[in-house]
Amino acid sequence: MMITAATSLQSARPADWRDFFALTKPRVMSLVIFTGLCGLLAAPGSLHPVLGFTAILCIAMGAGGAAALNMWWEADLDRLMRRTAGRPLPAGRLERRDARDFGVALAVASVGIMGLAIHWLAAALLALSIVYYAVVYTMWLKPRTPQNIVIGGGAGAFPPLIGWVAVTNEITVMPLLLFAIIFMWTPPHFWALALFAQTDYAKAGIPMMPVVRGEKATRAQILIYAVLLCPIALAPFIIGAAGALYGAAALILSLAFVALAVPVFAGRSEEARAEKRLFGFSILYLFALFALLVADALLARAGLLQ
Amino acid sequence: MTPDEEADLQRRRRSRNLVVGGALLFFAVLFYAITIVRMGD
Repeated sequence: MMITAATSLQSARPADWRDFFALTKPRVMSLVIFTGLCGLLAAPGSLHPVLGFTAILCIAMGAGGAAALNMWWEADLDRLMRRTAGRPLPAGRLERRDARDFGVALAVASVGIMGLAIHWLAAALLALSIVYYAVVYTMWLKPRTPQNIVIGGGAGAFPPLIGWVAVTNEITVMPLLLFAIIFMWTPPHFWALALFAQTDYAKAGIPMMPVVRGEKATRAQILIYAVLLCPIALAPFIIGAAGALYGAAALILSLAFVALAVPVFAGRSEEARAEKRLFGFSILYLFALFALLVADALLARAGLLQ
Repeated sequence: MTPDEEADLQRRRRSRNLVVGGALLFFAVLFYAITIVRMGD
């Protein structure tokens, strides 16, 4: 009786708004906002600042909704991993149903506002990205295949594509290349993390590559994806959609990425230093590459670059 | 319910109401701005 009374009292307490905010994975969202904004700024053409702000807000809300749905679905798995046990649902600070409703509300609102304020092509891509992350990746493939990260990379690759299409209202090669860059970048980025956070994933039974195929295969795949990323990162320059500033930066950054992936391929380093260094650099890589893409586009538009 | 729990309940309710109110106000202003911009298209 005492336990029941305590539980009902706990559930009667209104959840803190910060816990709802935490459901949106704010740290991941910062990357989503950044890449979405870069796609929007690098795209040819212009969008009124109010509409540009709305497009980015919708991308962020859509990502937040998908993240909330991901946490709702994975609450039981999150309880098993040290990294995620403190999240609002496994820690018991939020009701699961509230998280689900919050995620659905954010997702529906983001797509509706995007369609009404910008156009329905951008809204359709946003809806696709939410379904891709919350359903295809989280519910279907993540618990089933060690290729989950490769496929999941697609979900994170949507923001620059949506940002670009919000301006142009058409899907061309360049936004697809931006999608491909993040798609190819995600596996080495995430597997480098998985190599030094391996035990947690094994405990939760998630078939992460190092758990299922072993470290050797993971290290080889990290290097393969790092090498494959080079031509894709350089492609915007090669097809003439980006200038020399971007081309030089893409070449240097991509070669550095491969250079840091080689020691990871070679084998376990002391205290997983090589893996941690690659993981840290991968974040810098993406921020720098997209920032330079925007700088290149803005300078070219100002007539300061060819 | 103890006085501390009562105070916590009130604090949570107040802060959540403020956030919901702020979000509603923000979206009202945003929709107004979007309407003005789209009318000029």
